[in-house]
Amino acid sequence: MFKDLEIVLQTQHIVKQFKTSKNQMLVACNDINLTAYKGKTLGIVGESGCGKSTFVRLLTQLETPTSGKILYHDKDIVHFSKKEAWLNRQNIQMVFQDPMASFNPKMKIIDILTEPLLNFKRIKRSEKETKAKELLEMVELPADFMYRYPHSMSGGQRQRISLARALSLEPEVLICDEATSALDVSIQRNIIQLLVRLQKEKNITIIFICHDLALISSFSHQIAVMYLGHIVEVIPGEKIKDGAKHPYTRALIDSQFSVHLSQDKQIKALDGEVPSPLDIPQGCPFQSRCKYCKEECRKEKPVLKEVGVGHQVACQYSK
Amino acid sequence: MLQIKNLAVQYKNELPMIKDFNLSVEEGEIISIVGESGSGKTTVIRAIMGALSREGKISSGDILFYNQSLLGKSREEWQKLRGTEISMIFQDCGSTLNPIRKIGSQYVEYIRMHTKMSKKEAWDKAVSMLDKMKLADSENIMNSYPHQLSGGMRQRVGIAMVMTFNAKLLLADEPTSALDVTTQAQIVREMMALRDNFGTSIIMITHNLGVAAYMSDKIVVMQQGKVVDMGTRDEVINYPSSDYTKKLLAAVPEMEGESFV
Repeated sequence: MFKDLEIVLQTQHIVKQFKTSKNQMLVACNDINLTAYKGKTLGIVGESGCGKSTFVRLLTQLETPTSGKILYHDKDIVHFSKKEAWLNRQNIQMVFQDPMASFNPKMKIIDILTEPLLNFKRIKRSEKETKAKELLEMVELPADFMYRYPHSMSGGQRQRISLARALSLEPEVLICDEATSALDVSIQRNIIQLLVRLQKEKNITIIFICHDLALISSFSHQIAVMYLGHIVEVIPGEKIKDGAKHPYTRALIDSQFSVHLSQDKQIKALDGEVPSPLDIPQGCPFQSRCKYCKEECRKEKPVLKEVGVGHQVACQYSK
Repeated sequence: MLQIKNLAVQYKNELPMIKDFNLSVEEGEIISIVGESGSGKTTVIRAIMGALSREGKISSGDILFYNQSLLGKSREEWQKLRGTEISMIFQDCGSTLNPIRKIGSQYVEYIRMHTKMSKKEAWDKAVSMLDKMKLADSENIMNSYPHQLSGGMRQRVGIAMVMTFNAKLLLADEPTSALDVTTQAQIVREMMALRDNFGTSIIMITHNLGVAAYMSDKIVVMQQGKVVDMGTRDEVINYPSSDYTKKLLAAVPEMEGESFV
């Protein structure tokens, strides 16, 4: 999509299956091909259980894919040795939804922020204070916060700390898994502004998972829509409102409640439930809830097809 | 039908969490209380329900339900009111259901607690309520445990239970916050149908201003225990008086809103 930009991270035919206790196969990710470009944001949206978190856990090497390749600057990171994987963690860092659960509650902020740097021997112990101050400044927090504990901070401040910790190693890729979902709207907005500013300054690639399409469309360069382990549409961020073609993407857009929505307007909600990932139907994954579903949809699984610049749709009937 | 006059609630002996809260609800009206976490929204609803935690107490003011004060009610009187006249929906109805009993047995017990009905009649009543909530295969749901249902289905079971006795007042504490957007849209549609079909009044707590704007007749904006804005939907959304409301409205992500890149 961005022809002149460097490809930082690319996945090729990623499949992840889990075996359940009853020996059934749960397919969390099914043939995922996505590309993240230097200094750009890739947003991934989808409902709970669609496999988006599994996907980023694969990218951060917390899980290994069943098959497929993850290329970081054309190097396949799936088969890295332990040492290589450890070294590669410096390049790909992650921010989680609940910062409280990702901090050690007994560590002070200064230790939380500098631990990754000490781990990779980037700084000496004597430099901790200066570095922590610098990092706090970067996320717009006062320097005396470094002697606090995570529990004596608000949710928004904690999320700033996790951002600072993730960026302390100056990674090339930052992965955010619902990083703002637990925050109030006004704080969410501040965090997004901060994220976008840091991206511009440091030229970071961001992969942002979210279930809020409106939020993600406000700062993503590309948006991938996921349903039941499949990518159903990849679309440039600014085109989503009018250009989205897949019926599921349209349904997501129609389910958004805008403050300025007229009360007379009928909300077009999708009926039914997401099928179980243990038993993915043959053919199109969206067939059970799609109002345009035809005979072919039940037989053949649609593949992602290019329909415009940087715009791919997996639907037989999207022209 | 419901009038809250100068309500003040305090926890332990600290300063009041809520001061001077006034609200009147008419029949068939949907009112949303919005505000950020810790602004006292849930305390208001709990005070109406008479379900403040042990440390909390109403230090002044009065709550009138059809001109009767709710404050001096005894346990037995509350038992008659709750679940039949005033009902409540929680953020996650799944966690208010007993995890080791099937939906059917809990539902039947709930119905028989409030009216004289045979088990068979109660069962049929429950099934018909589930059908009304557009839950497919309701007999099957009655025979399921809560963990076998998805979040959206559990929420609909919760709403069905709450509506069994056509409660006049429904209190909803973040009824859609834990749900996905498509499920949220379904639940919002169902709650609005309640009002249209049964004339139920709803007081809803939410932090989603979009949902509040779509559903409500009146919106109350709270910040740190105080009401900073109150009025009809149109007044609050289009002509907010306080800076806080303006800030909140500006922060809501919109599909064609502000772009950061």
